[in-house]
Amino acid sequence: MPKVTFIEHNGTAHTVEAKTGLSVMLAAITNNVPGIDADCGGECACATCHVYIEPEWQAKVLAEAGAPAAQEASMLSFAATTQDNSRLSCQITVTEALDGLVVRMPEGQH
Amino acid sequence: MGQETDRIVVVGAGHAGGSVVAFLRQYGWSGPITLVGAEPIPPYHRPPLSKAWLKGEADAASLALRPENFYADNAIELRLGTVATAIDRATHTLSLNCGESLAYDHLILALGARARKLPLPGADLVGVMELRTAADADRLKAAIGEGRRLAIIGGGYIGLEAAASAQALGAEVTIIEREPRLLARVASPPLSTFFQDFHRSKGVAIELDAGVEALEGQGGQIAAIRLSNGKTIQCDAVLIGVGAVANDELARACGLSCGNGIEVDAASRTSDPAIYAIGDCTFRPLEPYSRNVRLESVPNAIEQSKQAAASLCGRPPPAPEIPWFWSDQYNIRLQIAGMPFDVTETILRGDPATGSFAVFHLAPDATVRSVEAVNAPPEFMAGKLLIAKRKPVPRERLADMAVSMKDLL
Repeated sequence: MPKVTFIEHNGTAHTVEAKTGLSVMLAAITNNVPGIDADCGGECACATCHVYIEPEWQAKVLAEAGAPAAQEASMLSFAATTQDNSRLSCQITVTEALDGLVVRMPEGQH
Repeated sequence: MGQETDRIVVVGAGHAGGSVVAFLRQYGWSGPITLVGAEPIPPYHRPPLSKAWLKGEADAASLALRPENFYADNAIELRLGTVATAIDRATHTLSLNCGESLAYDHLILALGARARKLPLPGADLVGVMELRTAADADRLKAAIGEGRRLAIIGGGYIGLEAAASAQALGAEVTIIEREPRLLARVASPPLSTFFQDFHRSKGVAIELDAGVEALEGQGGQIAAIRLSNGKTIQCDAVLIGVGAVANDELARACGLSCGNGIEVDAASRTSDPAIYAIGDCTFRPLEPYSRNVRLESVPNAIEQSKQAAASLCGRPPPAPEIPWFWSDQYNIRLQIAGMPFDVTETILRGDPATGSFAVFHLAPDATVRSVEAVNAPPEFMAGKLLIAKRKPVPRERLADMAVSMKDLL
Protein backbone atom coordinates (compact mmCIF):
# COMPACT_ATOMS: atom_id res chain seq x y z
CA MET A 1 0.00 0.00 0.00
CA PRO A 2 1.36 3.47 -0.81
CA LYS A 3 2.61 5.49 2.12
CA VAL A 4 1.74 9.13 2.76
CA THR A 5 3.49 11.32 5.30
CA PHE A 6 1.55 14.10 7.00
CA ILE A 7 3.64 16.67 8.85
CA GLU A 8 1.83 18.65 11.52
CA HIS A 9 2.44 22.38 11.84
CA ASN A 10 4.61 21.66 14.89
CA GLY A 11 6.81 19.33 12.83
CA THR A 12 5.45 15.99 14.07
CA ALA A 13 5.41 13.57 11.14
CA HIS A 14 2.89 10.76 10.67
CA THR A 15 3.60 8.21 7.96
CA VAL A 16 0.54 6.11 7.21
CA GLU A 17 -0.57 3.49 4.73
CA ALA A 18 -3.01 4.93 2.22
CA LYS A 19 -5.45 2.84 0.19
CA THR A 20 -5.30 3.46 -3.53
CA GLY A 21 -8.55 4.81 -4.93
CA LEU A 22 -9.37 6.67 -1.73
CA SER A 23 -8.48 10.26 -1.00
CA VAL A 24 -5.43 11.54 0.84
CA MET A 25 -7.88 13.07 3.33
CA LEU A 26 -9.33 9.62 4.08
CA ALA A 27 -5.84 8.25 4.67
CA ALA A 28 -5.48 10.83 7.44
CA ILE A 29 -8.93 10.20 8.92
CA THR A 30 -8.47 6.42 8.79
CA ASN A 31 -5.23 6.71 10.73
CA ASN A 32 -6.42 9.44 13.13
CA VAL A 33 -3.77 11.91 11.96
CA PRO A 34 -4.29 15.16 13.88
CA GLY A 35 -4.79 18.33 11.89
CA ILE A 36 -7.14 17.11 9.14
CA ASP A 37 -10.70 17.90 10.20
CA ALA A 38 -12.71 17.16 7.04
CA ASP A 39 -15.95 18.55 8.47
CA CYS A 40 -17.91 17.84 5.29
CA GLY A 41 -16.63 14.30 4.84
CA GLY A 42 -14.98 14.86 1.47
CA GLU A 43 -17.58 16.89 -0.38
CA CYS A 44 -15.25 19.82 -1.12
CA ALA A 45 -17.62 22.03 0.86
CA CYS A 46 -15.54 23.17 3.82
CA ALA A 47 -11.78 23.50 3.17
CA THR A 48 -10.88 21.85 6.50
CA CYS A 49 -8.61 19.22 4.95
CA HIS A 50 -6.17 21.80 3.59
CA VAL A 51 -2.58 20.61 3.05
CA TYR A 52 0.60 21.91 1.45
CA ILE A 53 2.16 19.57 -1.08
CA GLU A 54 5.92 19.29 -0.51
CA PRO A 55 7.61 21.02 -3.48
CA GLU A 56 9.26 17.86 -4.81
CA TRP A 57 5.82 16.22 -5.04
CA GLN A 58 3.95 19.06 -6.71
CA ALA A 59 4.55 17.92 -10.28
CA LYS A 60 3.58 14.33 -9.53
CA VAL A 61 0.38 15.36 -7.72
CA LEU A 62 -0.52 17.58 -10.65
CA ALA A 63 0.06 14.67 -13.06
CA GLU A 64 -1.93 12.18 -10.95
CA ALA A 65 -4.76 14.32 -9.57
CA GLY A 66 -4.88 17.17 -12.04
CA ALA A 67 -5.08 20.84 -11.15
CA PRO A 68 -7.72 21.92 -8.62
CA ALA A 69 -11.19 22.01 -10.20
CA ALA A 70 -13.23 25.21 -9.97
CA GLN A 71 -14.91 24.32 -6.67
CA GLU A 72 -11.63 23.37 -4.97
CA ALA A 73 -9.81 26.38 -6.37
CA SER A 74 -12.38 28.86 -5.13
CA MET A 75 -12.63 27.22 -1.70
CA LEU A 76 -8.83 27.21 -1.42
CA SER A 77 -8.43 30.81 -2.44
CA PHE A 78 -10.21 31.84 0.76
CA ALA A 79 -8.83 29.19 3.11
CA ALA A 80 -6.60 30.38 5.93
CA THR A 81 -2.89 30.67 4.98
CA THR A 82 -3.20 29.51 1.40
CA GLN A 83 0.01 29.01 -0.57
CA ASP A 84 0.80 28.12 -4.17
CA ASN A 85 1.17 24.47 -3.13
CA SER A 86 -2.14 24.34 -1.23
CA ARG A 87 -4.64 21.57 -2.00
CA LEU A 88 -7.72 20.13 -0.40
CA SER A 89 -6.66 16.59 0.45
CA CYS A 90 -10.16 15.22 -0.17
CA GLN A 91 -9.66 16.02 -3.85
CA ILE A 92 -6.46 14.00 -4.30
CA THR A 93 -6.91 10.29 -4.93
CA VAL A 94 -4.09 8.03 -3.76
CA THR A 95 -2.36 6.12 -6.56
CA GLU A 96 0.73 3.88 -6.62
CA ALA A 97 2.60 6.77 -8.23
CA LEU A 98 1.98 8.84 -5.10
CA ASP A 99 3.72 6.28 -2.85
CA GLY A 100 5.93 8.34 -0.54
CA LEU A 101 3.91 11.56 -0.87
CA VAL A 102 4.70 14.17 1.77
CA VAL A 103 2.25 16.89 2.72
CA ARG A 104 2.36 19.52 5.45
CA MET A 105 -0.57 20.87 7.42
CA PRO A 106 -1.41 24.48 8.16
CA GLU A 107 -1.52 25.76 11.73
CA GLY A 108 -5.30 25.47 11.82
CA GLN A 109 -8.11 24.47 9.49
CA HIS A 110 -10.50 27.25 10.47
CA MET B 1 -8.71 18.32 33.16
CA GLY B 2 -8.75 14.62 33.85
CA GLN B 3 -6.17 12.19 35.19
CA GLU B 4 -4.52 9.87 32.68
CA THR B 5 -6.03 6.74 34.15
CA ASP B 6 -9.56 8.13 34.41
CA ARG B 7 -12.34 6.30 32.64
CA ILE B 8 -14.30 8.21 30.02
CA VAL B 9 -17.70 6.99 28.91
CA VAL B 10 -19.30 8.57 25.86
CA VAL B 11 -23.04 8.09 25.41
CA GLY B 12 -24.21 8.40 21.83
CA ALA B 13 -22.32 7.11 18.79
CA GLY B 14 -23.29 9.70 16.20
CA HIS B 15 -20.96 12.22 14.58
CA ALA B 16 -20.22 13.97 17.90
CA GLY B 17 -19.60 10.78 19.87
CA GLY B 18 -17.54 9.27 17.07
CA SER B 19 -15.45 12.45 16.78
CA VAL B 20 -14.77 13.04 20.45
CA VAL B 21 -13.26 9.60 21.00
CA ALA B 22 -10.91 10.22 18.05
CA PHE B 23 -9.89 13.67 19.31
CA LEU B 24 -9.30 12.32 22.82
CA ARG B 25 -6.78 9.82 21.45
CA GLN B 26 -5.25 12.47 19.13
CA TYR B 27 -4.78 14.73 22.12
CA GLY B 28 -3.07 11.99 24.09
CA TRP B 29 -5.75 10.65 26.40
CA SER B 30 -4.44 7.26 27.58
CA GLY B 31 -7.19 6.13 29.95
CA PRO B 32 -10.03 3.78 29.05
CA ILE B 33 -12.68 5.09 26.66
CA THR B 34 -16.05 3.43 26.11
CA LEU B 35 -18.46 4.55 23.39
CA VAL B 36 -22.09 3.54 23.95
CA GLY B 37 -24.46 3.70 20.96
CA ALA B 38 -28.08 2.69 20.48
CA GLU B 39 -27.69 1.86 16.79
CA PRO B 40 -26.17 -1.48 15.79
CA ILE B 41 -23.37 0.05 13.68
CA PRO B 42 -20.33 2.23 14.50
CA PRO B 43 -20.57 6.01 13.94
CA TYR B 44 -21.33 7.05 10.37
CA HIS B 45 -21.90 10.15 8.25
CA ARG B 46 -25.58 11.13 8.36
CA PRO B 47 -25.56 13.84 5.65
CA PRO B 48 -25.30 11.34 2.75
CA LEU B 49 -28.41 9.48 3.99
CA SER B 50 -30.67 11.92 2.14
CA LYS B 51 -28.31 12.24 -0.84
CA ALA B 52 -25.67 9.80 -2.17
CA TRP B 53 -26.74 6.94 0.11
CA LEU B 54 -30.39 7.26 -0.85
CA LYS B 55 -29.47 7.28 -4.52
CA GLY B 56 -27.32 4.17 -4.08
CA GLU B 57 -24.14 6.07 -4.94
CA ALA B 58 -22.31 5.43 -1.65
CA ASP B 59 -21.27 2.16 -0.03
CA ALA B 60 -21.28 1.25 3.66
CA ALA B 61 -17.52 1.72 3.96
CA SER B 62 -17.70 5.28 2.69
CA LEU B 63 -20.57 6.03 5.06
CA ALA B 64 -18.55 4.97 8.13
CA LEU B 65 -16.92 7.79 10.07
CA ARG B 66 -13.82 5.64 10.62
CA PRO B 67 -12.86 2.17 9.39
CA GLU B 68 -14.08 -0.72 11.51
CA ASN B 69 -10.67 -1.58 13.01
CA PHE B 70 -10.16 2.04 14.10
CA TYR B 71 -11.85 1.55 17.44
CA ALA B 72 -9.86 -1.55 18.44
CA ASP B 73 -6.64 0.01 17.11
CA ASN B 74 -7.22 3.03 19.34
CA ALA B 75 -8.36 1.10 22.42
CA ILE B 76 -11.90 2.47 22.21
CA GLU B 77 -14.44 0.02 23.55
CA LEU B 78 -17.64 0.01 21.48
CA ARG B 79 -20.93 -0.88 23.15
CA LEU B 80 -23.32 -0.81 20.20
CA GLY B 81 -26.99 -1.66 20.20
CA THR B 82 -26.97 -0.44 23.77
CA VAL B 83 -29.18 2.24 25.27
CA ALA B 84 -28.20 4.22 28.37
CA THR B 85 -31.19 4.40 30.69
CA ALA B 86 -30.04 6.47 33.68
CA ILE B 87 -27.18 8.48 35.10
CA ASP B 88 -26.38 8.31 38.81
CA ARG B 89 -24.31 11.44 39.35
CA ALA B 90 -23.56 10.64 43.00
CA THR B 91 -21.92 7.30 42.24
CA HIS B 92 -20.69 8.21 38.71
CA THR B 93 -22.57 5.31 37.20
CA LEU B 94 -24.38 4.91 33.91
CA SER B 95 -27.12 2.28 33.68
CA LEU B 96 -27.64 0.39 30.43
CA ASN B 97 -30.71 -1.33 29.04
CA CYS B 98 -28.96 -4.70 29.16
CA GLY B 99 -28.98 -4.48 32.95
CA GLU B 100 -25.29 -3.69 33.23
CA SER B 101 -23.90 -0.43 34.51
CA LEU B 102 -20.70 1.43 33.62
CA ALA B 103 -18.60 3.42 36.08
CA TYR B 104 -17.18 6.69 34.77
CA ASP B 105 -14.86 9.42 35.92
CA HIS B 106 -15.94 11.66 33.04
CA LEU B 107 -19.14 11.24 31.10
CA ILE B 108 -19.72 12.79 27.67
CA LEU B 109 -23.31 13.01 26.49
CA ALA B 110 -23.57 12.96 22.70
CA LEU B 111 -27.23 12.00 22.66
CA GLY B 112 -28.18 13.69 19.41
CA ALA B 113 -31.67 14.62 18.32
CA ARG B 114 -34.59 12.65 16.97
CA ALA B 115 -37.13 13.39 14.28
CA ARG B 116 -40.13 15.32 15.55
CA LYS B 117 -43.32 13.25 15.45
CA LEU B 118 -46.58 14.60 14.09
CA PRO B 119 -49.59 13.68 16.19
CA LEU B 120 -51.67 12.84 13.12
CA PRO B 121 -54.34 10.24 12.58
CA GLY B 122 -52.73 7.52 10.49
CA ALA B 123 -49.12 8.33 11.45
CA ASP B 124 -48.58 4.67 12.32
CA LEU B 125 -49.58 3.35 8.88
CA VAL B 126 -47.05 1.21 7.02
CA GLY B 127 -45.13 3.42 4.60
CA VAL B 128 -45.03 6.50 6.82
CA MET B 129 -41.36 7.19 7.48
CA GLU B 130 -38.83 9.55 8.95
CA LEU B 131 -35.17 10.01 8.01
CA ARG B 132 -32.60 10.15 10.75
CA THR B 133 -30.69 6.85 10.78
CA ALA B 134 -29.17 4.50 8.23
CA ALA B 135 -32.03 2.07 8.93
CA ASP B 136 -34.52 4.86 8.15
CA ALA B 137 -32.68 5.59 4.91
CA ASP B 138 -32.77 1.93 3.88
CA ARG B 139 -36.53 1.81 4.45
CA LEU B 140 -37.01 4.98 2.42
CA LYS B 141 -34.73 3.70 -0.34
CA ALA B 142 -36.84 0.56 -0.65
CA ALA B 143 -40.00 2.63 -0.98
CA ILE B 144 -38.92 5.02 -3.73
CA GLY B 145 -38.15 4.28 -7.33
CA GLU B 146 -39.47 4.62 -10.85
CA GLY B 147 -43.11 5.68 -10.78
CA ARG B 148 -43.55 5.42 -7.02
CA ARG B 149 -45.43 8.30 -5.42
CA LEU B 150 -43.65 9.86 -2.44
CA ALA B 151 -45.30 12.58 -0.39
CA ILE B 152 -43.00 14.58 1.84
CA ILE B 153 -44.44 16.45 4.80
CA GLY B 154 -42.15 19.37 5.61
CA GLY B 155 -40.24 21.60 3.21
CA GLY B 156 -37.02 21.79 5.22
CA TYR B 157 -33.57 20.50 4.27
CA ILE B 158 -34.31 16.82 4.89
CA GLY B 159 -37.48 17.08 2.82
CA LEU B 160 -35.86 18.94 -0.05
CA GLU B 161 -32.77 16.73 -0.21
CA ALA B 162 -34.92 13.59 -0.13
CA ALA B 163 -37.15 15.11 -2.81
CA ALA B 164 -34.16 15.73 -5.09
CA SER B 165 -32.85 12.19 -4.57
CA ALA B 166 -36.26 10.55 -5.03
CA GLN B 167 -36.89 12.60 -8.16
CA ALA B 168 -33.53 11.45 -9.54
CA LEU B 169 -34.66 7.85 -8.94
CA GLY B 170 -37.80 8.44 -10.99
CA ALA B 171 -40.29 8.83 -8.16
CA GLU B 172 -43.25 11.21 -8.34
CA VAL B 173 -42.67 13.60 -5.48
CA THR B 174 -45.01 16.02 -3.71
CA ILE B 175 -43.74 18.31 -0.95
CA ILE B 176 -46.33 19.52 1.55
CA GLU B 177 -45.41 22.61 3.58
CA ARG B 178 -47.53 24.27 6.24
CA GLU B 179 -45.85 27.69 5.80
CA PRO B 180 -46.30 29.94 2.78
CA ARG B 181 -42.75 29.15 1.62
CA LEU B 182 -40.21 26.30 1.69
CA LEU B 183 -37.34 26.48 4.23
CA ALA B 184 -39.41 29.04 6.14
CA ARG B 185 -37.61 28.51 9.45
CA VAL B 186 -34.12 28.07 8.13
CA ALA B 187 -33.51 30.28 5.10
CA SER B 188 -34.40 33.70 3.72
CA PRO B 189 -37.20 34.34 1.20
CA PRO B 190 -34.91 34.60 -1.87
CA LEU B 191 -33.60 31.11 -1.09
CA SER B 192 -37.13 29.78 -0.67
CA THR B 193 -38.16 31.19 -4.03
CA PHE B 194 -35.08 29.79 -5.73
CA PHE B 195 -35.56 26.28 -4.36
CA GLN B 196 -39.31 26.29 -5.00
CA ASP B 197 -38.70 27.22 -8.63
CA PHE B 198 -35.90 24.69 -9.02
CA HIS B 199 -37.79 21.76 -7.53
CA ARG B 200 -40.86 22.57 -9.62
CA SER B 201 -38.72 22.78 -12.77
CA LYS B 202 -37.58 19.23 -11.99
CA GLY B 203 -41.18 18.04 -11.78
CA VAL B 204 -41.62 18.03 -8.01
CA ALA B 205 -45.09 19.18 -6.92
CA ILE B 206 -45.17 21.64 -4.03
CA GLU B 207 -48.17 22.41 -1.85
CA LEU B 208 -47.62 25.53 0.27
CA ASP B 209 -49.82 26.85 3.08
CA ALA B 210 -51.03 23.29 3.39
CA GLY B 211 -51.69 21.65 6.73
CA VAL B 212 -52.11 17.91 6.99
CA GLU B 213 -55.51 16.79 8.27
CA ALA B 214 -54.98 13.06 8.16
CA LEU B 215 -52.98 10.22 6.70
CA GLU B 216 -55.33 7.74 5.09
CA GLY B 217 -54.59 4.08 4.64
CA GLN B 218 -55.80 1.03 2.84
CA GLY B 219 -55.29 -2.28 4.58
CA GLY B 220 -52.87 -0.70 7.02
CA GLN B 221 -50.71 0.81 4.25
CA ILE B 222 -50.54 4.56 3.55
CA ALA B 223 -52.57 5.53 0.51
CA ALA B 224 -53.26 9.24 0.66
CA ILE B 225 -52.80 12.47 2.59
CA ARG B 226 -55.77 14.72 3.20
CA LEU B 227 -54.78 18.41 3.32
CA SER B 228 -56.36 21.38 5.02
CA ASN B 229 -56.79 23.09 1.63
CA GLY B 230 -59.25 20.41 0.56
CA LYS B 231 -56.84 18.49 -1.66
CA THR B 232 -56.00 14.83 -1.29
CA ILE B 233 -52.54 13.62 -2.35
CA GLN B 234 -52.44 9.95 -3.41
CA CYS B 235 -49.17 8.31 -2.43
CA ASP B 236 -47.33 5.03 -1.89
CA ALA B 237 -45.04 6.35 0.83
CA VAL B 238 -44.77 9.36 3.15
CA LEU B 239 -41.65 10.95 4.57
CA ILE B 240 -42.17 13.23 7.55
CA GLY B 241 -39.37 15.80 7.96
CA VAL B 242 -40.59 18.49 10.31
CA GLY B 243 -37.54 19.18 12.43
CA ALA B 244 -35.83 17.45 15.30
CA VAL B 245 -35.95 17.56 19.07
CA ALA B 246 -32.98 17.19 21.41
CA ASN B 247 -32.51 13.86 23.16
CA ASP B 248 -32.01 15.49 26.55
CA GLU B 249 -34.25 13.28 28.72
CA LEU B 250 -31.32 11.39 30.28
CA ALA B 251 -29.79 14.73 31.32
CA ARG B 252 -33.06 16.17 32.63
CA ALA B 253 -33.79 13.03 34.63
CA CYS B 254 -30.53 13.37 36.56
CA GLY B 255 -31.01 17.08 37.17
CA LEU B 256 -28.55 18.66 34.72
CA SER B 257 -29.49 22.21 33.67
CA CYS B 258 -31.36 22.14 30.40
CA GLY B 259 -32.90 24.74 28.14
CA ASN B 260 -33.57 23.95 24.49
CA GLY B 261 -31.23 21.00 24.99
CA ILE B 262 -28.53 20.33 27.59
CA GLU B 263 -26.93 23.56 28.77
CA VAL B 264 -23.17 23.67 28.27
CA ASP B 265 -20.42 26.29 28.46
CA ALA B 266 -17.80 27.17 25.84
CA ALA B 267 -15.83 24.06 26.80
CA SER B 268 -18.95 21.86 26.46
CA ARG B 269 -19.18 21.34 30.25
CA THR B 270 -22.63 20.79 31.71
CA SER B 271 -23.73 21.95 35.16
CA ASP B 272 -22.00 18.83 36.57
CA PRO B 273 -18.18 19.11 36.37
CA ALA B 274 -17.90 15.37 35.63
CA ILE B 275 -20.26 15.56 32.65
CA TYR B 276 -19.76 17.11 29.22
CA ALA B 277 -22.34 17.31 26.45
CA ILE B 278 -21.71 17.78 22.72
CA GLY B 279 -23.54 17.96 19.41
CA ASP B 280 -27.23 18.23 18.52
CA CYS B 281 -28.41 17.64 22.11
CA THR B 282 -26.74 20.77 23.53
CA PHE B 283 -27.86 24.31 24.17
CA ARG B 284 -24.56 26.12 23.74
CA PRO B 285 -23.18 29.62 23.91
CA LEU B 286 -22.45 31.17 20.53
CA GLU B 287 -20.01 33.91 21.36
CA PRO B 288 -20.16 35.97 18.15
CA TYR B 289 -23.92 36.32 18.61
CA SER B 290 -24.01 36.71 22.43
CA ARG B 291 -26.70 34.09 22.88
CA ASN B 292 -27.26 30.40 23.44
CA VAL B 293 -28.43 28.22 20.60
CA ARG B 294 -29.05 24.60 19.76
CA LEU B 295 -27.33 23.74 16.49
CA GLU B 296 -27.98 20.63 14.44
CA SER B 297 -24.95 20.28 12.24
CA VAL B 298 -21.83 18.23 11.66
CA PRO B 299 -19.46 21.22 12.05
CA ASN B 300 -21.04 21.94 15.44
CA ALA B 301 -20.61 18.32 16.51
CA ILE B 302 -16.93 18.46 15.54
CA GLU B 303 -16.31 21.83 17.19
CA GLN B 304 -17.83 20.73 20.49
CA SER B 305 -15.98 17.39 20.30
CA LYS B 306 -12.74 19.35 20.12
CA GLN B 307 -13.79 21.61 22.99
CA ALA B 308 -14.56 18.67 25.28
CA ALA B 309 -11.47 16.68 24.28
CA ALA B 310 -9.20 19.71 24.71
CA SER B 311 -10.68 20.48 28.11
CA LEU B 312 -10.28 16.89 29.33
CA CYS B 313 -6.73 16.62 28.01
CA GLY B 314 -5.67 19.97 29.44
CA ARG B 315 -5.03 21.54 26.06
CA PRO B 316 -5.82 25.15 25.15
CA PRO B 317 -9.39 25.48 23.87
CA PRO B 318 -9.81 25.39 20.08
CA ALA B 319 -10.44 28.70 18.34
CA PRO B 320 -14.17 29.58 18.25
CA GLU B 321 -15.79 28.89 14.91
CA ILE B 322 -18.54 30.50 12.89
CA PRO B 323 -21.35 27.97 12.51
CA TRP B 324 -21.90 26.72 9.01
CA PHE B 325 -24.19 24.33 7.16
CA TRP B 326 -24.48 22.85 3.72
CA SER B 327 -27.11 21.19 1.57
CA ASP B 328 -26.78 19.51 -1.82
CA GLN B 329 -29.84 19.17 -4.04
CA TYR B 330 -29.59 18.17 -7.72
CA ASN B 331 -26.48 20.02 -8.89
CA ILE B 332 -27.03 22.85 -6.43
CA ARG B 333 -24.71 23.38 -3.51
CA LEU B 334 -26.04 25.62 -0.77
CA GLN B 335 -23.54 26.76 1.85
CA ILE B 336 -24.61 28.89 4.80
CA ALA B 337 -22.31 30.61 7.28
CA GLY B 338 -23.37 32.38 10.46
CA MET B 339 -26.82 32.94 11.88
CA PRO B 340 -29.25 35.72 10.95
CA PHE B 341 -29.50 37.18 14.48
CA ASP B 342 -30.01 40.93 14.90
CA VAL B 343 -30.07 41.49 11.16
CA THR B 344 -31.89 44.42 9.67
CA GLU B 345 -30.79 44.34 6.08
CA THR B 346 -30.51 41.82 3.27
CA ILE B 347 -28.18 42.24 0.33
CA LEU B 348 -28.47 40.10 -2.77
CA ARG B 349 -25.27 39.51 -4.70
CA GLY B 350 -25.68 37.94 -8.11
CA ASP B 351 -28.79 36.93 -10.01
CA PRO B 352 -30.72 33.82 -8.85
CA ALA B 353 -31.73 33.27 -12.50
CA THR B 354 -28.09 32.38 -13.26
CA GLY B 355 -28.14 29.63 -10.62
CA SER B 356 -25.33 31.26 -8.65
CA PHE B 357 -25.95 33.97 -6.06
CA ALA B 358 -25.60 34.85 -2.40
CA VAL B 359 -27.77 36.54 0.19
CA PHE B 360 -25.93 38.50 2.87
CA HIS B 361 -27.63 39.48 6.13
CA LEU B 362 -26.29 42.58 7.84
CA ALA B 363 -26.63 44.06 11.30
CA PRO B 364 -27.37 47.80 11.63
CA ASP B 365 -23.62 48.55 11.86
CA ALA B 366 -23.14 46.99 8.38
CA THR B 367 -21.32 43.92 9.70
CA VAL B 368 -22.17 40.63 8.03
CA ARG B 369 -24.01 38.24 10.37
CA SER B 370 -24.79 35.46 7.92
CA VAL B 371 -24.49 34.51 4.27
CA GLU B 372 -26.46 32.02 2.20
CA ALA B 373 -24.47 31.07 -0.88
CA VAL B 374 -25.95 29.09 -3.76
CA ASN B 375 -23.27 27.64 -6.05
CA ALA B 376 -21.07 30.48 -4.84
CA PRO B 377 -18.06 29.18 -2.85
CA PRO B 378 -16.18 32.52 -2.86
CA GLU B 379 -19.17 34.30 -1.31
CA PHE B 380 -19.47 31.54 1.30
CA MET B 381 -15.79 31.47 2.20
CA ALA B 382 -15.33 35.25 2.19
CA GLY B 383 -18.65 35.73 3.97
CA LYS B 384 -17.51 33.40 6.75
CA LEU B 385 -14.34 35.46 7.16
CA LEU B 386 -16.31 38.73 7.16
CA ILE B 387 -18.62 37.40 9.89
CA ALA B 388 -15.63 36.49 12.05
CA LYS B 389 -13.93 39.84 11.45
CA ARG B 390 -17.04 41.86 12.29
CA LYS B 391 -15.82 44.46 9.88
CA PRO B 392 -18.46 46.74 8.37
CA VAL B 393 -18.79 46.26 4.60
CA PRO B 394 -19.73 48.86 2.02
CA ARG B 395 -23.20 47.75 0.92
CA GLU B 396 -23.00 48.85 -2.73
CA ARG B 397 -19.68 47.06 -3.23
CA LEU B 398 -21.00 43.88 -1.62
CA ALA B 399 -23.93 43.87 -4.05
CA ASP B 400 -21.67 44.56 -7.03
CA MET B 401 -20.51 41.37 -8.77
CA ALA B 402 -17.75 43.39 -10.44
CA VAL B 403 -16.13 43.77 -7.02
CA SER B 404 -14.26 40.60 -6.08
CA MET B 405 -15.01 39.11 -2.66
CA LYS B 406 -11.25 39.26 -2.02
CA ASP B 407 -11.39 43.03 -2.22
CA LEU B 408 -14.07 43.16 0.46
CA LEU B 409 -11.99 41.34 3.09
